[in-house]
Amino acid sequence: MDNYNPANLLLLLVILFNFFLLGSSRLNACIRTVAIQGGILSLLPLFIHGFSGHSLFLAGGAFLLKGLAIPFLLLRAIRQVHIRREMEPLIGYVPTLLLGTLATAGAFIFSDRLPLIEAHRGSLFIPVGLATLATGFLMLITRRKAITQALGYLIFENGVFIFGMLLAEAMPLMVEAGVLLDLLVAVFVMGIVMHQINREFSSMNIGQLSSLRE
Amino acid sequence: MLQLFLHLLLLLGLSPLLPGVIGKTKALFAGRTGPPFLQSYYDIWKLFGKGLVISRTTTWVFRAGPVLGLVVPVLAALMVPFGSIGAPLSFTGDLIFFVYLFGLARFFTASAAMDTGSSFEGMGAAREVTFACLAEPTVFFSFIVLARLSGSLSLDAMFGQALNTAWQSAGPSLILVVACLFVVVLVENCRIPFDDPNTHLELTMIHEVMVLDHSGPDLGMILYGAAMKLFVLGALVVRLVFPGSTGNVLFDTLLFSGGMLLLAVVIGVVESTMARLRLLRVPQLLVGTLLLSFFSLILLLR
Repeated sequence: MDNYNPANLLLLLVILFNFFLLGSSRLNACIRTVAIQGGILSLLPLFIHGFSGHSLFLAGGAFLLKGLAIPFLLLRAIRQVHIRREMEPLIGYVPTLLLGTLATAGAFIFSDRLPLIEAHRGSLFIPVGLATLATGFLMLITRRKAITQALGYLIFENGVFIFGMLLAEAMPLMVEAGVLLDLLVAVFVMGIVMHQINREFSSMNIGQLSSLRE
Repeated sequence: MLQLFLHLLLLLGLSPLLPGVIGKTKALFAGRTGPPFLQSYYDIWKLFGKGLVISRTTTWVFRAGPVLGLVVPVLAALMVPFGSIGAPLSFTGDLIFFVYLFGLARFFTASAAMDTGSSFEGMGAAREVTFACLAEPTVFFSFIVLARLSGSLSLDAMFGQALNTAWQSAGPSLILVVACLFVVVLVENCRIPFDDPNTHLELTMIHEVMVLDHSGPDLGMILYGAAMKLFVLGALVVRLVFPGSTGNVLFDTLLFSGGMLLLAVVIGVVESTMARLRLLRVPQLLVGTLLLSFFSLILLLR
């Protein structure tokens, strides 16, 4: 493995950001970190596939949506509903971090066992993609606030994007564009829902949604 | 013999300079003049000339704490290469001896604090021990990474010539190890994100509170020991960052000393730009560091 390959260094940064996201309670910092993670990921197509029209489009689209648009929407949302921190996660921050590391370790071990084609063997893309998926899952499972769940979806999508990089030559542009569009719509819906929850009830905890009565 | 002499000269002579450099850096950031670089030398000299006041409730344990605090860093320093100047004492498995020497010193410092019978000092001892037991595994994971890279179990070889090739073959792992060991240097020496060495506010003190009842030569030994501990642990980080060797003993010594002073400046910058963490956040950050060192091991083993 070539350690000083820029793509690999970027992927390592992605993992470090994963850890930070699992351990941090400040929403502002979390959203910014997800934005930086998305920005880093959007550089990947250029490093792997060179400066072709296809990879430029992928990089530009990902950068605009993941790095700028979605974080901007989320930041605006938390400004409007006045929340700063995730107060009470279902599982504490330290146990989540532990689980996240175990999942990352598992991803590395698992991807060594996978029957990959020769070109992908030993590359960091698959373990990092799996680890990022697991981080997104953990975020979705352990957090109570609607906004951290939206962040979980975003991290999850970042993981899918890393996987997609390996297939970027075979992947039709429309598929990736569709995924990004879905994500944007999801964040929009989440923003509207959050606004409604906030207006109707005094709390943003999704736990209270399941105990609604007439 | 000459090597041992040079080693001890560097350790005993240069270590009190580090707190001075840190203080000066912090003063620069705050726009003050700050105490002179040699202030720690003056302090230690002054304290050794003073009388000793010992509480009637204490036993020999209270006297043993500072003595071990002074002797342990000297012993530990013998196993650490200073720059490319090899360690005078080296045997297989000395990395475990190294870590537990500091464990011994910590045990006696905490016992001496509790020996006074003050609940306040007991609180400080409890905090110190809690943080230390989270920092220790980080050190071990980092050492395992280095042992794996060098294929040896002695600190002298782990921080020896093997580092040059290791930086080429496993750079990302080593970057993580440097970051982890730097955090360990900060937490073990009670620097700011974890503990404020200048604070005298009851609720936030950790290390300061344990040494409140020591006076005169005892306090001098504690100060000197703390400076040497910073020097020894810092030497590990400096060696990792500057793995090269010029071949000339004089240049190597100068390079190493420059590296140590640079480390002190970096610590000063960290202390000036960061606020002290809330006490509850400290274990969280330490667990994060531990997991980071674990991850660097995974990265290496795959």
